[in-house]
Amino acid sequence: MLLLIYFGKTFGMSSNLRTLCSISGAGKFSDFFRFDWKSQRWNLVVVLGAMIGGFIAVHFLSDGSGVNLNPATVAKLQEMNIDAPNGKLIPELFTSAENVFTPKIFGFLLFGGLLVGFGSRYAGGCTSGHAITGMSNLQLPSLIAVIGFFIGGLIAAHFLLPLIF
Amino acid sequence: MKFIKYLLVGILFGIVLTKSEAVSWYRIYEMFQFESFHMFGIIMTAIAVGVVGIQIYKRNKVVGLDGKQIQIADKDKGFKNYIIGGTIFGLGWGMIGTCPGPIFILIGAGFYSIGIVLLGALIGTFLYGLLKNKLPH
Repeated sequence: MLLLIYFGKTFGMSSNLRTLCSISGAGKFSDFFRFDWKSQRWNLVVVLGAMIGGFIAVHFLSDGSGVNLNPATVAKLQEMNIDAPNGKLIPELFTSAENVFTPKIFGFLLFGGLLVGFGSRYAGGCTSGHAITGMSNLQLPSLIAVIGFFIGGLIAAHFLLPLIF
Repeated sequence: MKFIKYLLVGILFGIVLTKSEAVSWYRIYEMFQFESFHMFGIIMTAIAVGVVGIQIYKRNKVVGLDGKQIQIADKDKGFKNYIIGGTIFGLGWGMIGTCPGPIFILIGAGFYSIGIVLLGALIGTFLYGLLKNKLPH
């Protein structure tokens, strides 16, 4: 984040979703997507780097030990029939082909993504733009947004997930 | 060539978020259960470093790589859009456990099912663009 600011840019990942919409021709439907997306190419390069970084971390820098959760959390997961980490980053429920293409999981992932995309643009930023950059720059709007992130997240984790699974 | 530095920043970002497990659905779920300090530690460390770094930039009037003095635009004033948008984002974040950065990192790491989340996020962004003028801001 500090490096990007030093380069004269700001750190924010969700802006790329808007850029990708614009590249796909969404400008035909809304002014919101009619902007000079080429000026945002640097950010897409950061995204490409992040993907490479994820690949490197998983394939070359991992000892396979995986996430080590609080046992109380694992017990709650079990109640919802969500598989425990055992060396994985994400439950198999959301990654294995036989699960992902069931209507329930496919819809869950798609709708969750939709909320993330819609909400981050509505709030003008996501975790990187508000929680990290905005809070570091002592911005009140970012604090309000982060409070919103937690209101939503707590509702999802305590009510929605047990309801769905 | 001018893009190389952005590529390197991205690679660093991807490795750090993966190795710190901030891309893990489990860690996000655990955070919202308040059963571990893990994610709070990562986020608070990032903000603490960020606050100090930005203050150093501002107080010393540091000149950036583009030759201009570093300035960070303030966020627009507002309340409704931040709290409503933030809550909608949080609902999604709590469900699927990935915010926009990790969506890309995870796809790069080989979790292709997150492509469905990316598709959803693009549709959500598109819907916002369509409805923008009708929403309270």
